[in-house]
Amino acid sequence: MRKNGVKMIKIKAKDVDVFYGKKQALFNISLDIEENQVTALIGPSGCGKSTFLRCLNRMNDVIDICSVKGEIFINDFNINDKSCDVVRLREKIGMVFQKPNPFPKTLYENVSYGPTIHGMAQSKQEMDEIVETSLKKAALWEEVKDRLHEPGTGLSGGQQQRLCIARAISVTPEVILMDEPCSALDPIATAQIEELIDELKKEHTIIIVTHSMAQAARVSQNTGFFHLGQLIEHGSTDKIFKNPDNKKTQDYITGRFG
Amino acid sequence: MNKNKEQLLNKRYKAEQRFRLYGLSAIFMALLFLTIFIFKIFSTGYSAFQKTWLIVPVTFDAELMMLDQNPSKEDLQDADYYDIALKSMADLDPNANEDQENELKRMVSYFFEKEIKNELLNDPNLIGKTKEVYLTASDDLDQVFKGNYPRDLPEDQRRVSDYQLKIFDQLVANGKVESKFNISFFTNADSREAELAGIASSFMGSIFSILVCLMIAFPVAVLAAIYLEEFAPKNRFTDFIEVNINNLAAVPSIVFGLLGLGVLLAIFHLPRSTPLVGGITLSLMTLPTIIIAARASLKAVPPSIREAALAMGASRMQTTMHHTVPLSMPGTLSGTIIGLAQALGETAPLILIGMVAFVNTIPGSPMDPAASLPVQIYIWAESAERGFVEKVSACIMVLLGFLIIMNLFAQIIRHKFEKKWS
Repeated sequence: MRKNGVKMIKIKAKDVDVFYGKKQALFNISLDIEENQVTALIGPSGCGKSTFLRCLNRMNDVIDICSVKGEIFINDFNINDKSCDVVRLREKIGMVFQKPNPFPKTLYENVSYGPTIHGMAQSKQEMDEIVETSLKKAALWEEVKDRLHEPGTGLSGGQQQRLCIARAISVTPEVILMDEPCSALDPIATAQIEELIDELKKEHTIIIVTHSMAQAARVSQNTGFFHLGQLIEHGSTDKIFKNPDNKKTQDYITGRFG
Repeated sequence: MNKNKEQLLNKRYKAEQRFRLYGLSAIFMALLFLTIFIFKIFSTGYSAFQKTWLIVPVTFDAELMMLDQNPSKEDLQDADYYDIALKSMADLDPNANEDQENELKRMVSYFFEKEIKNELLNDPNLIGKTKEVYLTASDDLDQVFKGNYPRDLPEDQRRVSDYQLKIFDQLVANGKVESKFNISFFTNADSREAELAGIASSFMGSIFSILVCLMIAFPVAVLAAIYLEEFAPKNRFTDFIEVNINNLAAVPSIVFGLLGLGVLLAIFHLPRSTPLVGGITLSLMTLPTIIIAARASLKAVPPSIREAALAMGASRMQTTMHHTVPLSMPGTLSGTIIGLAQALGETAPLILIGMVAFVNTIPGSPMDPAASLPVQIYIWAESAERGFVEKVSACIMVLLGFLIIMNLFAQIIRHKFEKKWS
């Protein structure tokens, strides 16, 4: 999405360093992420792409020994600042994990959980509407509308992951973080999720970590390549895949290592 | 080369067969011991659920009872039943001399007078009439009737005299001795007389102790477990606490009894011999068991659930209360029940805080003196009368039944409510 031909920057990371205890996992990452676009983060295992993703909604806070330095601006507000409230931050930034992790509750409770704790619905009717729209946006409604009160864990892997997406978008977040959302799914379920991502970018900014370069090429407009905790290169997906500046990027993309 | 391989393979199969055999024999041994144990208890204890009654004709003679014409209810309450009670026993043998009359009196329980009184209070029209009344046989005759009494001992080594046996045998021959289900074993409190002793007091004492224990130990332990597992930073101090909780679980129970004696009774002056003090003491013992079970089941909740809730913007408190704790509850509850079952079978600490006292009333609240089932077993096992032998086994059966029900309950909770996560 461009306004007057200028790219709108949603997230701006500046000089982010992450340490696990004494070990440094990310070095000096500076990265701009455009609004209403899909940004893919690629790189070999252990390169720090998931760690970077978790910096964006402060999920690294959960890990005792992890410390994050540097500034990350979302809508020009530094989320690493002391004044940032993580609960409000995570309301704005949804996350979908590698393994589908629905709550062991009913489908309805899974989707309504976020709106409930953030007080987004005044009545049962409003809540029903939120649940329905979220499930529709996650392309799951048709499959589950008759069994909303059955446990979410009874669904297939792909359905569970779409349920998790529905749960994430139920609070209408501005950004959705996806940490290898298709790695536990079969090709058909993967295709469904990819289609969904394309749809969701109209309303949300999406950042997806993926191991599959083909997937990155299919779904993203921008790509960042991580290697050994460094951001080697980032730019439009077209450019990264067709004409990368850096030799390492070239080697990774062509499958020389990884 | 090939032959070697063959031999090796054979050896491996043989080793596995041997291992299975060891396993099977271990299980067989365990089952054998269990069967012997249960058989012994049942074969000794089942007769305690039967009680022997003598059917004796009683004449409700108004004169002997010092009653006027048309007596009121109060008059009947206050009347003198001792003489008619004595007389009806003495009448069993018209030729008895004074010593023998005394022996006849001792063939029934100490409270036979009361049983006769109740008969009349139930039906005041009996005055002046004769009725056959069921009187509780003395504990020794009860044992004679059940065949547990060594009748062939020399008379001076028996508590039952030849004369008593002769009259008793006559009564048996006339069909005047009957065995009925022993309700009083469940409704009576403890008594010095084996034929009247029951478990009501100790049963209620156990229930009150367990309730007090549950009400104290459960909330404290669950809160401690949640704090340690979900909120406390992992550092040396929390490591130290963890080690000490495990130490606490290994402390012999009698030490907790001393603590109860020294602190609850000596410093806080709580009422002695009560389920309140017993329950508090037991809760100290149960606390580490529940904490450990609750922490284990909190740990078993997959971190992905916590992450999912946190990523939705739930606070740590909400994540814990909405997701982690409900998911850990089945494990916590079954751990709690197992802890309580342990506490239920505990004897030593209760003896120290005085729950071993002879209590012949049924407690109505945790503040009343009471015994508990295991302590009751201990008290009866110490008693000399033959009649208590079967009572001990019967009491063990009740306690075991109680424990089995609790453990069954724990299993059901675990299987029924444990959620499966993907």
